[in-house]
Amino acid sequence: MRVTQATFSFLPEFTEDEIKLQLQYAIDNEWALSVEFTDDPHPRNSYWEMWDLPMFEIKDAAAAFYEVQKCREAYPNHYVKVTAYDPRPCRQTTAFDFIVNRPAEEPGFQLERTEVHDRKQNYTIRAYATNQPHGQRYGQGNGK
Amino acid sequence: MVDEDAPKRGFGMRGGASSSRTEGEDEQEEPEQVLGDDDEVDVGSEMESVHTDEVLERLDKELVGLVPVKSRIREIGDLLLVDRLRRRFGIESTPPSLHMSFTGSPGTGKTTVALRMAELLHRLGYLKKGHLVTVTRDDLVGQYIGHTAPKTKEVMKRAMGGVLFIDEAYYLYRQDNERDYGQETIEILLQIMENNRQDLVVILAGYKDRMDLFFQSNPGMGSRIAHHIHFPDYDLDELMAIGKLMMDEQRYELSPDAETAFREYLERRMHQARFANARSVRNALERARLRQAARIVGDASKKLRKADLMRIEAEDILQSRVFDTDTDEGAKTSQGDGRARADEQPDREGEAPQATDDTESEQQPA
Repeated sequence: MRVTQATFSFLPEFTEDEIKLQLQYAIDNEWALSVEFTDDPHPRNSYWEMWDLPMFEIKDAAAAFYEVQKCREAYPNHYVKVTAYDPRPCRQTTAFDFIVNRPAEEPGFQLERTEVHDRKQNYTIRAYATNQPHGQRYGQGNGK
Repeated sequence: MVDEDAPKRGFGMRGGASSSRTEGEDEQEEPEQVLGDDDEVDVGSEMESVHTDEVLERLDKELVGLVPVKSRIREIGDLLLVDRLRRRFGIESTPPSLHMSFTGSPGTGKTTVALRMAELLHRLGYLKKGHLVTVTRDDLVGQYIGHTAPKTKEVMKRAMGGVLFIDEAYYLYRQDNERDYGQETIEILLQIMENNRQDLVVILAGYKDRMDLFFQSNPGMGSRIAHHIHFPDYDLDELMAIGKLMMDEQRYELSPDAETAFREYLERRMHQARFANARSVRNALERARLRQAARIVGDASKKLRKADLMRIEAEDILQSRVFDTDTDEGAKTSQGDGRARADEQPDREGEAPQATDDTESEQQPA
């Protein structure tokens, strides 16, 4: 199951050139780019781990893409995303973010039903990957 | 220079997104379709379309002398132009390595040329942005273990798409201390110079003899730099021309007497210690301006015309301490009790020789 998240989630995977164009767009808008990674694909997992520091003073997408590549090399079987932060006072939030790397195999999610009072059901989704402890998910190539 | 035409975009996503799309198309406008074997291209029109001659002309006009440097830059420009034409025919070749080393005495225009170089490479499509990031050892090397790598990479990333100008690069390598963190910087630098060749042009600059020693102790660095360009010292006529150019820019002029005095001044100053070519010329002229102002204010009763405010007289120059003593003694004083004399006169060159003070100001067209 292909996990999709955030901006452009409805599009097919970007090519490297397309990623660079998006990065350049963010830089031209004076948004700070940062690279983040995780091995917990749950949609409510919004706190991914940071790869290096956010890049504030870069002028060319090559610099951001360099970090994307470094992160992909270190964590080939993790989800990696790029976040563009808009630091202007009226906004101060994420302008866009998109996934640039994903594990080779994504087992997907299990739907759990829980019976509660009055014949109601509560639903939970749980990623099969998170059955394994952190760092051992998605097989080989977990960095470190 | 970087993106003055990029409008500050508003909060809304839509307007920004669409304007960026047209921008992207503009950049990729260059003909993508491969030309056939019998098609013809015109070097002149290609040159016009990228406006390289404009940059070269400006280089010619702004910088006096430096003939070997200019011809070398012209050669590099030609190479990239031919590369562009070849690509239009679909002839594939790896992009040439353009890392450079600029050697020469202080004040010979290394930073200015680097600035023009960045612009030229940008116009020829070799660099995407064409900005210049000037750094010295302090900006690259960390202060404790583990500090250097992130610091160096940070600077590299800032310079990507443009030119990284490392002033006095030989300070990166300390021969007497093999655990110096500078070594780490050199390793990262080498790696990025090799792997990210299209994203970044590195220019190492410094005095000739020390740079030679630096390349000797770091053979990997020397072999990765294709272009070693030496900036010769200016001769007296060239220095005079530089001085005139500076005066014109500041809207001052030398009276005929002052011109002879200035020539005399330069001749003496050239043989003294710590002569910094164009930088010394500028400093001398700055001090002449100071004295001119003092002279005008001192004679408050006099009515002034426009020309009086623009003209620098011989006396403004002759007051310099270079004329105080004979040339021999002048050389001795600036070495020996230079400190004491420096207090009397605000002579900036009297400071430590390795001071990197004028790097920013040198970027202004000389």
